[in-house]
Amino acid sequence: MRAFTRGLIGIAGFLALWELLGRSPLIPAHALPPPSAVFGELVTQLTSPEFLSHVVATVLAVLIAIAIAIAIAVPSGLVLGSVPAVRHATRAVIEFLRPIPSVALIPLALVVLGFGPETKITLAVYAALWPILFNTIYALDELDPLLVETSRVFGTGRVGVLFRVALPSALPFVLTGIRLAATTALIVMVSVELMAGAQIGLGYFIMEARSGPGRMDQVLVGTVVAGVIGVLLNNGLERVRRRWVAW
Amino acid sequence: MSNMLEVADLGHTYGDYEAIGGLTFTVRAGELVCVVGPSGCGKSTLLRTISGLIEPSRGDVSLKGSHLAVVFQDYQRSLFPWLTVQGNVEFPLRSLPRAERRVRAAEALEWVGLGAAAKKRPWQLSGGMQQRVAIARALAYRPALLLMDEPFASVDAQTRFELEDLLLRVRREHDTTVLVVTHDIDESVYLGDRILVLSGSPAKLVADLEVPLPAERDQVTTRTDEAFVALRSKVARLLNVGGKQTLDVEKWAAAERESLSETVSTSS
Repeated sequence: MRAFTRGLIGIAGFLALWELLGRSPLIPAHALPPPSAVFGELVTQLTSPEFLSHVVATVLAVLIAIAIAIAIAVPSGLVLGSVPAVRHATRAVIEFLRPIPSVALIPLALVVLGFGPETKITLAVYAALWPILFNTIYALDELDPLLVETSRVFGTGRVGVLFRVALPSALPFVLTGIRLAATTALIVMVSVELMAGAQIGLGYFIMEARSGPGRMDQVLVGTVVAGVIGVLLNNGLERVRRRWVAW
Repeated sequence: MSNMLEVADLGHTYGDYEAIGGLTFTVRAGELVCVVGPSGCGKSTLLRTISGLIEPSRGDVSLKGSHLAVVFQDYQRSLFPWLTVQGNVEFPLRSLPRAERRVRAAEALEWVGLGAAAKKRPWQLSGGMQQRVAIARALAYRPALLLMDEPFASVDAQTRFELEDLLLRVRREHDTTVLVVTHDIDESVYLGDRILVLSGSPAKLVADLEVPLPAERDQVTTRTDEAFVALRSKVARLLNVGGKQTLDVEKWAAAERESLSETVSTSS
C-alpha cells in the first residue's frame, strides 16, 4: 500500500506541476491547457460516441497487431532458437531489418497496402515482432539442459521436447516479449494514424484536433487516453504472466 | 537371477580426455547396486552412457527391458515447474490413456508418501519432497532399471536418511532394480546389495563387493554393525581416502592380492 500511496503522490505532483506550467505566463495558454481543463474535456469526450469509436478502432487494431505478431514471432523464434543452421542463415537479414524504424516504412506501406487499416496494422506488427522473436530465441538458449535430458530419458523425441518442454519453459520470456511488444505496437499504431492520414483512430483524432480547430485540450485528451491504454495493456499482460506462469 | 543390465568394456572419451576406461559389470534383476567413486571420476559419464543420453565411445550397454528411468541429483532442475506434482509424475506416461495415467501417478505418489501433494507445484515443496516426486515419477514409469545420479547429495542429513530408507522400502515393495551412483561411501554401503568401486580418471573398476548386510536395514543399528564398519573401511581404503599419494589402481590391486595371499599363506 505504501508503494501505491507513493505512486499517488507522484501523480499528484506531476499534475500540480502541469497545472502550474499551464497557468504560468511562460507558456501560451492555448499551447498547454492545464489538467483541470483537459479533464473537463476528457469527461465530455468519453461520453461522445465519435471519440469512443476512435478509441475502439485503435485498441482493436493494436490487439489484432499483437495477435498477428505472436502468430509469426513465436513459431519463428522456436525454429530459429532450435535450429542453429536457420539462425545463422537469417542472422544478417534480421540484423538489417530489426533497426529499421516502423515509421520509416510508412511511405512504402502506403504504396503497397493503401490507406486502409492494413497499413497501420502491418507496421505495428513489424515493430511488435522483434521483442517477441528475440525473447523466444533467448528463452530457448536458456532452456535448462537437465529438463531436456529428463524428458529424453522418459522417451520424449525431438518434436516432443520442443512442444512439451521447450515451449512451456520459454513461456515466461515469451510473455515478457509480448508485454514489451504491446507497448511498441501501441506507439507505432498511434504514430501511423497521426502521420499517414488514417480515417479513424486515436492518432487521427489527435491530428484532427490539432490541425482543425487547434483544440490543444482535445489533443491532450487523446494523448492521455493513449497513455492510459498503454498502462492497461502493460499491467494486464503483467497480471496474465504472474497468474499463469508463476514459477 | 537374470541380469537386468550388462555393461561390457564401456569406455568414453571427450576429445583427448578419457572419462571412462573400459568398464565391465552386470546388475541382476531386483538388485540394488551402488557405484561409488571420488568426485570427477567419470561416474556421471557412466550414468549418461547407460541411460542413452550420450553414445559411448566404445563398448556395449544392454538392458533387459524396454526402458529405464533416471533420478538426477538436481531435483529443482529436473522437475517441470509448469506442471503440477501429478503432471510431473504423469509426464513419462503420455502413451497411456488418461485414466490409467491418473491411477499410476496417484499410486506412485502414495508409494513415496506424497498422495496429498498431487495438486501442488514442485517449487512449493521442500527439497526432500521434490526429490520424492522425482522418485515417484521414475517409479510410475515402471522401469526395468532405476538409475540414480547422486540422488540424495543435495538434501540435508536428516532428509537424506529418510530418503535412503524410502528408497530401500520402495524397491523392496516393488522389486525394482536400482543402480545408484554416489560419492558417499557410507551411503553406498547402507543402500547397496553390491558396491562397484570406481577409481581414476579414467574411471576403472577397482572392486565389485557384495554387501554382507541383511535386507532390512536401519539408520542406527546398521551403521554400527561390524560388517558395515568393516566394509566402509575397505571401500575407503580402496578409494585411498585421506591418502597422501594419488592412488595407482593397478599397483594397489596387485598389492592387495599379494597381501591377501600372504595372509592366507601365513594363517594356513
